[in-house]
Amino acid sequence: MSMPVVSDQQPAPQGVVHRVRFRRRRPNRFSIAGLVGSALVIFWSLVALLGPLLAPHGVGAIVADDSFAPMTVQFPLGSDYLGRDVLSRILYGARYTVGLALAAALLASTAGTALGLFATVSGRWIDETLSRLLDALTCIPSKVFALVMVAGFGSSVPLLILTAALSYLPGAYRIARSLAVNLNVMEYVQVARARGEGRAHIACFEILPNMIHPMLADFGLRYVFVVLLLSGLSFLGLGVQPPAADLGSLVRENISGLADGSPAVIMPALAIATLTIGVNLLIDSLPGRARSLTQGALR
Amino acid sequence: MAILIVRRVGIALLTLLLVSAVIFSITAVLPGDAAQAALGQSATPEMIAALRAQMGLDDPAYLRYLRWLGGLLTGNPGQSLANNRPVAELIALRLPRSLLLAGAAAAVSVPVALTTGILSAMYPGSRLDRLLSTATLAMIAVPEFLVATVAVLIFAVKLHWLSALSYVPDTPGIAPFLRAYTMPVMSLSFVVIAQMARMTRAAVIEQVSQPYVEMAILKGARPARIILRHALPNAAGPIVNAMALSLSYLLGGAIIVETIFNYPGIASLMVDAVTNRDIPLLQACAMIFCCAYLILVLLADVFAIVSSPKLRRR
Repeated sequence: MSMPVVSDQQPAPQGVVHRVRFRRRRPNRFSIAGLVGSALVIFWSLVALLGPLLAPHGVGAIVADDSFAPMTVQFPLGSDYLGRDVLSRILYGARYTVGLALAAALLASTAGTALGLFATVSGRWIDETLSRLLDALTCIPSKVFALVMVAGFGSSVPLLILTAALSYLPGAYRIARSLAVNLNVMEYVQVARARGEGRAHIACFEILPNMIHPMLADFGLRYVFVVLLLSGLSFLGLGVQPPAADLGSLVRENISGLADGSPAVIMPALAIATLTIGVNLLIDSLPGRARSLTQGALR
Repeated sequence: MAILIVRRVGIALLTLLLVSAVIFSITAVLPGDAAQAALGQSATPEMIAALRAQMGLDDPAYLRYLRWLGGLLTGNPGQSLANNRPVAELIALRLPRSLLLAGAAAAVSVPVALTTGILSAMYPGSRLDRLLSTATLAMIAVPEFLVATVAVLIFAVKLHWLSALSYVPDTPGIAPFLRAYTMPVMSLSFVVIAQMARMTRAAVIEQVSQPYVEMAILKGARPARIILRHALPNAAGPIVNAMALSLSYLLGGAIIVETIFNYPGIASLMVDAVTNRDIPLLQACAMIFCCAYLILVLLADVFAIVSSPKLRRR
């Protein structure tokens, strides 16, 4: 029995590493999981872009004779509670799920990174205050925060984007700040400082380029969380409002078909899962530090 | 040690105060609705104005906030707008049920997750580890309504073991309990198990990279002994922290799961409060969720302090 080999997912221990390295299995970098992940991400991006063109029926068209029809050649994913084609509904709805989450996750990651950089190059006081404030925000579970926001301001697309972005901003901030603080003490940053560069220059041209990769992986994670949050809200009837429908709304509106085992309930839920699992698998197959992010991130 | 713990409690209380301010300011931006909602559509503007004055809605925001905070602290978070009962009464009715559900989910997830996490940390890079790692990674990304609907499909629709989407009122005995709780607990635990297992694995592996573990390796200890006897006691603090953070996910997950299964807990109460724009009830529910989160994290912090000899002696 061999000793515990340190996996490539974790920083290698200093002492053990040279004993282990020659025994370590060559990690197959782009594993099957990674390929599956990229395929799913590409698939859903295409669906979001071209969905309405591919849909065999209109989004609101009542085409089937009965509601909750099973899967047939004519309606590959069955029909929904009104007799609409589920496949077409999913092809249209994916737009909302993919697009809204993309906007919100971009907002969260960009703002988180900017604030993290700002806290790092500013004085201790600003750093402390900002960190404390954003830490306090993490104590509100994301779904609870979303419910409070919807109750306060009503549900609309801009509000949903803002809510999701605010929910996951503190997490992005924490990662960005910890990366930036570590880079801030590197020699080349100190050289830049000695050279008399301003804070903005140091933040944008010395620190930022070196943390962009882990932040991109973190963005992927935020994206998954936002998709789940927003579809959860839609499932509760508090997210995207009818007649617009994202994938979560599709699960909600067809929930009465569950007792008959209708595909109209399962298929949209499966669609969300394949999107989020795909992104997760893709991030996890990225080389380097990105992988360790997926270990500790909280949904 | 006592000072450290007192400090943590102080920080938690301060955070809670900040959170209450955030929740209040989001929900109280449009205060007019409360009087309007209480009187309905047919109310004249004069009636609304009179009620506003009576409810103190015309006071400046900070006064209303202080009054609300005082009410929370004295156990009187106000009157529910939707059914004119005290919020405290509604919550007292629902909270024990939610705690029971969360407790059941925790009792299922913790042992499974710890075993999985420690097992994969014992043989990192092995086929088992990679399989578990990919499986838990995928599980984290699954929406709970998929787990719930698939569970219903299998156990209620295909096998007819459990009744679909209906809460069976409390009857004593094991069988009714299982019938009522199996599917909600399953849907709740799914994500928690995956998250906890991954974080446990990371915490144990973190220890494996320490010099004392190398010493144990050089001594010739077997992997099982290295993990269980050497690494695990030192990983206890981080593992408990991971458990607390993962369990805090139950709070959010409960919102979906209680709704799907019509479970009369505090999370479904909160969803109803949003639908009815019942702001006092919503505020109180939100505070309970944040409290629960802070208590979990605080307990983990205190455990980390107590279990670490370095911190204990301070």
